[in-house]
Amino acid sequence: MALLQISEPGESPEPHTRRLAVGIDLGTTNSLVATIRNAVPECLPDEAGRTMLPSAVRYAEQGIVDVGHLALAHRGDDALNTITSVKRFMGRSIADVREETKARYQFTTPSGDGKGQLKITTRRGAISPIEVSAEILKTLKARAEESLGGELYGAVITVPAYFDDAQRQATKDAAQLAGLHVLRLLNEPTAAAVAYGLDQKAEGTYLIYDLGGGTFDVSILRLTRGVFEVLATAGDTHLGGDDFDEALAKHAFETWQLARALSPAGQANLLAASRAAKEALSDNETATIKVNWGCGFDSSVDVSRERFYELTRPLVDRTISAVKKTLRDAKLKVGDIDGVVLVGGATRTPQVRAALEAHFGKPALATMNPDEVVALGAAIQADQLAGNAKQGEQHLLLDVIPLSLGIETMGNLVEKIVSRNSTIPIAKAQEFTTFKDGQTAMAVHVVQGERELVSDCRSLARFELRGIPPMVAGAARIRVTFQVDADGLLSVSATEVTSGARAEVAVKPSYGLADGEIATMLQVAYTHASADMQARALAEARVDASALVQALGIALDEDRALLSESEAVALTSQVAFLKQLAEGTDHRAIARATEDLNRASTDFAGRRMDKAVNKALAGKNIASIA
Amino acid sequence: MSVTLTQSAANHVQKYIAKRGKGIGIRLGVKTTGCSGLAYKLEYADASLPEDLVFDSYGMKVIVDPKSFAVLDGTELDFQKEGLNEGFKFNNPREKARCGCGESFTV
Repeated sequence: MALLQISEPGESPEPHTRRLAVGIDLGTTNSLVATIRNAVPECLPDEAGRTMLPSAVRYAEQGIVDVGHLALAHRGDDALNTITSVKRFMGRSIADVREETKARYQFTTPSGDGKGQLKITTRRGAISPIEVSAEILKTLKARAEESLGGELYGAVITVPAYFDDAQRQATKDAAQLAGLHVLRLLNEPTAAAVAYGLDQKAEGTYLIYDLGGGTFDVSILRLTRGVFEVLATAGDTHLGGDDFDEALAKHAFETWQLARALSPAGQANLLAASRAAKEALSDNETATIKVNWGCGFDSSVDVSRERFYELTRPLVDRTISAVKKTLRDAKLKVGDIDGVVLVGGATRTPQVRAALEAHFGKPALATMNPDEVVALGAAIQADQLAGNAKQGEQHLLLDVIPLSLGIETMGNLVEKIVSRNSTIPIAKAQEFTTFKDGQTAMAVHVVQGERELVSDCRSLARFELRGIPPMVAGAARIRVTFQVDADGLLSVSATEVTSGARAEVAVKPSYGLADGEIATMLQVAYTHASADMQARALAEARVDASALVQALGIALDEDRALLSESEAVALTSQVAFLKQLAEGTDHRAIARATEDLNRASTDFAGRRMDKAVNKALAGKNIASIA
Repeated sequence: MSVTLTQSAANHVQKYIAKRGKGIGIRLGVKTTGCSGLAYKLEYADASLPEDLVFDSYGMKVIVDPKSFAVLDGTELDFQKEGLNEGFKFNNPREKARCGCGESFTV
C-alpha cells in the first residue's frame, strides 16, 4: 500500500493524482536521482544508504550487466568490459576522444570508417555510449520507482551547459532506451541555481563553480525575469577531485622512496588511502596516509593541511584562472557576481573555498551538499513540469541556446538565423532566394557557431530542397525555419513559398564538439571579429563579382553583334581581369573592379534592352500595344 | 482520546520540518474524496486555529481540526520503511475498509 508524505499546508493531493517525477544528475563520475518527498527535495539512496551511483557499467559474463559500485570493483581486473566516464563519449566520434583515453578501450564505429558516433567493443559486442548511459539511467529509474512505490511519470536530466546538440540528443536517446520520459534536459549550472532557489529572485548574476571527480566546469548565469542565460562557460574536462588524490599519492610515493613501481592493486590501495586523507584534511589539521601492502608490510606518512595546500596549489590555481577567463568572456568584473555556487564533492576542500573567497571577497554558497545540489535542482524542476506545484507557484524556467544557429549562403558565409542566448523554445524564419537562373534545387547547410565563415563553424546537418520551379535568379522565395525545442534540440525546414515545395531535417548530427570547444569557439569569435568581417567582405565581393562575370558571359555569347570589335575586346578583357582579381584576397580591389565593369557594361545592357524591346514590338503597331 | 505519533514518525517529522526550514508541527485531517469515500490529509502546520485540537507527541505538535477528529480519534501515525520505499501510515482503529492503494478509506 502507498505510504503517505507530508504536504505543504492546503496542498494535500487528491488520491491517485500525484505524478512521480525525478531529477537525474547523469554525471561523469557519479550519478544521482532526486525527488520531492514530504515537500522537500532529497536524493534517493540505495539499499546501503548511498545516494551516489558510480557512473560505471560492466558487461560481465553470461549477459549480466553490473552498474555502479559492483561494476567499479572490477575496473582493475576486467578493464576492457568495465566502462567508466562514458559521459565523455556521448555524441562523439573517435576523432573527438583524447589520446590517453583511446588506450583504455577498443573503439569502433558502425560504418568502420572511423566516422560517426563511436562504439566501445566489449565481450557483449560493440556497445554505444548511449546504451551504457541507458544502463545507469535504468538503475536509477528502478531505484526511484522502488523508493516511491509507483511508476515514474517523467524525469528532468541534467547536462553540462557546453553540451552541443549531438550530446544532448544522445542523452535523450539514452533516457528513451531506459524507458524514461524526459520532461526536460536542464543545464547543470542552472539546476544548481534552482536548488539554491536563485530562480525565485528577480534577477542576478551568478557564478557556478563545479569541481567534480574528474571534470571542472565554471559557468556564469544571468537571471532576468525567470530566464537563466549562460553568459560564459569554461573549464577543464580532465581536472577534478581525483587529481587532488593523485597529488597526495605522489607525495606519499616520493616520501617512501619505494624501490619499484606499484602494481595496479597497490596503486588502487594508495589512491584510496590518499582519498581518505584528503577527506580527513577538510576537518583536521593533519591526516595520515597509511597503506597496508600485505605480508605484514605497510607504509605511512603524515600530511599537514598546509602541506596539502602546497601540493594542490597548482590545481586550485588552474581553476581560478578558468574563473577569471569566464569573467573576461562574459565581460564582467568580480563585483558584478551576486553569488558563487559550489557544486561537486571536491569543493569541500577548504583551499578551494578559501581561494574563491579571496577572489570574490565573500564566501560562496555552500549550505547544500555539493554532490547532490544538481540532482536536487533537477528534482524541483521535474516536480513543476509534472504539474505537482500549486497553481500560481508554477514558474516556467527558461534556458537559452549556447551557440548561434544559421545556414550557409553563397561564398562560404554564415547567415545566422537564431542568435546565441535566445531563450528556448524558439522558432525563427528567414527568406532566401536562388543564385542562378533556372535553379531547381537548393542545398541547405545548417551550421552552429559565432564566426562569419562556414569553415570556422561546426556543421550540424545538410539537406536539399528540390522541386523549386525554374525561375530567374532571385525570384524564388525560400523560407527557412529554425525550431529549437525546450531541450535545445533543433529542427530545420525549408519551403519554397510559391510552389509549396518543402524539405526538413531534425538535426541529429553525426558527432559532437570536443569538450569545452564551445567556450573556445566563442572566445575565438571575439578575437577574430575584425578578421571575420574582412573575410565576410571578401566573400561578398567575390559573390558580386562572380554574378556579374556570369551574367556578362551569357550576354557576350548572345549579343556580341551589338558591340563593335574594340568594345567587345575591351569588355572581355575587363571580365577576365575581374575574374583573376576575384581569386585574390583584396576585397576593396574586387569591389572596385566589379563597379568599373558594371559601369563599362551599362551601355551594352542598354543596347540589349532596346533589342529585346524591338523584338517584342516587332510586327505590332502602336494601337495594338497601347 | 488523542491522536499520536510513533517515536519513528516523530523523528521523521522533526527531520523534515528542519529541512523545510519552518513549521510548528504537523496537521492530520480527513477529506471526503477518493475511491473509498475519505482520504487522509498530512500537512505541515505553520499555525493552529482556535478550534483545533493540539496534541503533544514525542515533543512534536500534532494538530487536528474538530471535524476530522471524529474520524481520527485514536489514530497513531507511524513511519514505515518497505524496502526502499518509506513514508507515513495512519493506524486508525475506526477504519473499516480501504481501497487497494491505501490512499482512501471508509469508516
